[in-house]
Amino acid sequence: MALTPPITDIEELKSHPALARLLEWSSAAVKEVKFDRDEMSIVIDRPAIREACALLRDNPSFPFNYLSDITCVDWSPSEPRFEVIYHLLSIPKKERVRLKVRLEGTSPVIESVTSVWPGANYFEREVFDLFGIRFTGHPYLRRLLMPEDWEGHPLRKDYPVEGYR
Amino acid sequence: MAHLTPTPVLEPAQDRTMILNMGPQHPSTHGVLRVLLEIDGENIVRIMPDIGFLHTGIEKTCEAKFYQQVVPLTDRIDYLCPLTNNLCYVLAVEKLLGLEIPPKAQWLRVLLNELTRINSHLVWLGTHALDIGAMTVFLYCFREREDILRIFEMVSGQRMMTSYFRIGGIALEPPLGFFDRVRDFASRFPSKVDEYENLLTGNPIWGMRTKGVARITAEDAIALGASGPTLRGSGIDIDLRRDMPYSGYENFEFKVPLGKEGDVFDRYMCRVQELRESIGIVQQALDGMPAGPIKADSPKVVLPDREKMKTQMEALIYHFKIITEGFSVPAGEVYQAVESPRGEMGYYVVSDGTAKPYRVHMRAACLANLQTLPKMCEGGLIADVVAAIGSIDIVLGEIDR
Repeated sequence: MALTPPITDIEELKSHPALARLLEWSSAAVKEVKFDRDEMSIVIDRPAIREACALLRDNPSFPFNYLSDITCVDWSPSEPRFEVIYHLLSIPKKERVRLKVRLEGTSPVIESVTSVWPGANYFEREVFDLFGIRFTGHPYLRRLLMPEDWEGHPLRKDYPVEGYR
Repeated sequence: MAHLTPTPVLEPAQDRTMILNMGPQHPSTHGVLRVLLEIDGENIVRIMPDIGFLHTGIEKTCEAKFYQQVVPLTDRIDYLCPLTNNLCYVLAVEKLLGLEIPPKAQWLRVLLNELTRINSHLVWLGTHALDIGAMTVFLYCFREREDILRIFEMVSGQRMMTSYFRIGGIALEPPLGFFDRVRDFASRFPSKVDEYENLLTGNPIWGMRTKGVARITAEDAIALGASGPTLRGSGIDIDLRRDMPYSGYENFEFKVPLGKEGDVFDRYMCRVQELRESIGIVQQALDGMPAGPIKADSPKVVLPDREKMKTQMEALIYHFKIITEGFSVPAGEVYQAVESPRGEMGYYVVSDGTAKPYRVHMRAACLANLQTLPKMCEGGLIADVVAAIGSIDIVLGEIDR
């Protein structure tokens, strides 16, 4: 299982079901792709994320109908600072795909996917709580793990591991 | 102590309803889960779980540790199945490194994982039955659990926080007599499952408390992100061990038990049958255990044997380097999911090419499963909430991380 260099060429990867469906819908929404260590990552344009998720879920020939996870990575100090990451699973076809959206560091906002999968509720609240990313259209965007009146977002890279004393 | 103000607050929406606060220290919430209930008499109008009481910031801590130092942290996430957490993490890092694991290590990992599954299901069965009012089952389950914990102690030196898997293999050869002990347990265990089933499955009181209670449809379960027996109880046929095999699971034969109704009873039946399937996998692993090394051949990542360290200069150098500087992992990202006793457990590990992980995220099966609670309970009775919470088998350590 030696490592091979990642493939980043859209032309080479466009037979992948998720990418094919997204390109068919709008080629502007797909900003970058990467196939690395047998895992497919697609970087989506920020305004298109909710529709892209709905599209992949409802694709009759290859439905990515299950949302495994939503999380975030802070690439501070580089910009765009945040990467919100969606892991989708196709239960009938047993296949995974990773969607990514890049967000700027100042007041990061993204559209919620709770209208596509209600199960995104807790995951988005967790990302809001620990990274401070706002999800528009979320039904109950409040802190999930930290106390309600906590200051700061602990998983950001500029937050010390020991916390503020 | 402003931050101790109890939040969130649920306001009664109608004149005739009232708010009942259950937890965070209620014995049947299996940890520190707070559930807010809006009730109309005995009927539940709204239900709202409140979590975070056990948040320890493990994800943040991981970013400050070397890759190999994260393994003991993973035990503490889901303390009922530490070895499954170990496995998921080491598989993710091995995928990042592109390491090949020798078959014996893979089979031992499978064997111990299935014992962990049995261990976790036994705790679930005992406490779930206790919540609903069947005291005896608890004592029976913990009797067998003790045997498994002794096996873990034998192999890793610890009863619960095992940390037995290492990146690139497993820590030590299992001690003499280990396989005999597991074989002995595996031969006795099926009759014990019969005992539990005799106490519960046909029991009319158990049936009344579980059949048709806390139903969830397959569509709702998928939409809410449920996984594991909570999803399979509603009839969705997915098991990551069979469908997206890892660590050599493709070499084992087992059935995936499915429910139909999506009620408490079906979830109970799924897990009880999983106990039988798991012990079958343990038997297969014992019978077909391959010979060979237990560690990958990668001196920069895997610690050398003690003997070699005392006789070979290179081994000593590598040992010193791994302990003091860690090992660097090629940049990239990986999402590794395994089928934990509770559902899809996933580790998302991002590397920036250094010796410490840039980001470790754990996809907690229970966190998503807990979201099904309102769907299961709204419109039901208060007494059934306890049955519903038990039936989704929550571990708060995993939910809050």
